Amino acid sequence: MKNQTDLTATLGPDLPSTLTLTSRAATRSSVPRDRARRLFWALVSTALSLGLFLLVWYIATLYRVELYVRFTNIPTPGAVFDAFIVQIQIPAFQTHIVNSVRRIAIGFGMAVIVAVPLGLAIGRYERFRALVYPAIDVLRPIPAIAWVPMSIMLWPTNETSICFITFLGAFYPILVNTIGGVTAIDAVYLRAARTLGASEMFLLRTVVLPAALPHIFTGATVGIGVAWVSLIAAEMISGQFGIGYFTWEAYALVQYADIALGMATIGLLGFLSSEIVRRAGELVMPGLAFRVQERH
Amino acid sequence: MNTAATLEMNNATVVFGSGATRHTVLDRVSLLVRPGEFVSLIGPSGCGKSTVLNVFAGFVRCVAGTATLDSRAITRPGPDRSVVFQQYSLFPWLNVQRNVEYGLRALGVSRRVRAAKALRLLEHAGLAQYADRYPDQLSGGMKQRVGIIRAFATDPRVLLMDEPFSALDAQTRSTMQQLLTNIWEEHRISVLFVTHDVEEAVFLSDRVFVMSAAPGRVLRELSVALPRPRDADLVDTAAFLEHVHEIRVLVRREGLVGIGESPAGATHGEDLPEELELEQVLRALLRREGLVGIGESPAGTTHGEDLPEELERVL
Repeated sequence: MKNQTDLTATLGPDLPSTLTLTSRAATRSSVPRDRARRLFWALVSTALSLGLFLLVWYIATLYRVELYVRFTNIPTPGAVFDAFIVQIQIPAFQTHIVNSVRRIAIGFGMAVIVAVPLGLAIGRYERFRALVYPAIDVLRPIPAIAWVPMSIMLWPTNETSICFITFLGAFYPILVNTIGGVTAIDAVYLRAARTLGASEMFLLRTVVLPAALPHIFTGATVGIGVAWVSLIAAEMISGQFGIGYFTWEAYALVQYADIALGMATIGLLGFLSSEIVRRAGELVMPGLAFRVQERH
Repeated sequence: MNTAATLEMNNATVVFGSGATRHTVLDRVSLLVRPGEFVSLIGPSGCGKSTVLNVFAGFVRCVAGTATLDSRAITRPGPDRSVVFQQYSLFPWLNVQRNVEYGLRALGVSRRVRAAKALRLLEHAGLAQYADRYPDQLSGGMKQRVGIIRAFATDPRVLLMDEPFSALDAQTRSTMQQLLTNIWEEHRISVLFVTHDVEEAVFLSDRVFVMSAAPGRVLRELSVALPRPRDADLVDTAAFLEHVHEIRVLVRREGLVGIGESPAGATHGEDLPEELELEQVLRALLRREGLVGIGESPAGTTHGEDLPEELERVL
């Protein structure tokens, strides 16, 4: 019996419609079965996709295809697998992997530790932003790889300079997304917190950070990828040890199968580390995980 | 439990923007909420009624005049003045219980004490089984119920409510109004309630302030002399309808005056009076036909565009 015209007039487009709730409730019962089916098809399509890729690779190398791109010297999948069996038993190969993973952990970890608080501060405080951001913005377009010579001069050891390059790769995506996350916060949350008695520090910890987390994790997902790109490049140029160094060395020593093995290892490690970041995100943002699930 | 406070605004003027966009949002607004009183503020969209609330909340400063809580000037937001917002403002990253606990956490209350209090409040509202849910798993009405509970958790001296039910459907709305009036009768806290719904204002309030737009001014102050406790039957009584009619006429007259004078008048002036009139005709018809109190009637649940059709059918 209320004036519905007034009601709809005040409903902004950003307000969640209460009407969607009924459809949500209706679909809730079939969610577990849906999920099992989705998982099954995901596995099938992944196997199919990888199988198809290996098949094309196998055929191209078996017949030594030359269609402008030349497969004459490219190792077959079998040869790469044999190389893997040989390398996995050699301690040096394991050392390469351990070194790369450690550099990623340090470089990426430091990037999170520095970029998140800095991004929160830049996003929240206008004056701090005006002071700090222009300098960061000027340095941002310089690719991490271009920092290699400078980094070698800057840092005392080769190891720290490689970690620094890795750090740079992850730093900017995380920073930019954190700033974006802070500026995108709905003002009503900030107001609500302040009327509930939150001090500025408490507000930063309990509202600004959690509200920006989805953006921060987007930045981290991009950042971990760029960190690998930067790391491999740095290892190829200046490294001793590391999977990038291994790949480059294989080329220098004309070990074709090892080149592909190095690439495959990089791909797998990159995939695993992105997966860890994604899982960490789900763990830290339980409320958001639910929201994403409901959207299907 | 803190005692209810006096909320007072004296000749408050608020100006937004600067240079060419500078305009007066509130023009010497004075109003008073006595301790334990439920006061509504009603007026057309853009009349500055939310600004009045924001001044009391401490979000907006007035350039002239004063806004005080128990004679102390309001300068910033604080837990003595809880706010329930029009938009859903529950933190989506916290579950219901942690949302209710938030204010106590900000005050440094220990985990055990605040959990006990939050659960007690939720239980009292019949929401205990939703304590672990996240806001996105709740309906709009439930979100606002939790929002009200969260506002009560810090034992505020004043409750400021900014069109808290305007995003809800008609059915949920009247349920929430009943709920609010029950809670209020229990706590007798001072409430300033902003709305554009005349019936809502009359149903809930001891007094109603009617505002005009551009610049926002208090047009009139009316006492609602209706008995308490109040329930849904009240809306069918002649006394209730008289109050509603009185305010409606005032608002309509104001709506006609507002045409072409302000952005609010330009958007509303064309269709608002018409809608109001239409609704009144429909209401009169329904009353005469003895259809009063049909909560699920199409008039209440469908949109304004369908009204003429409905009217034809009734006729």
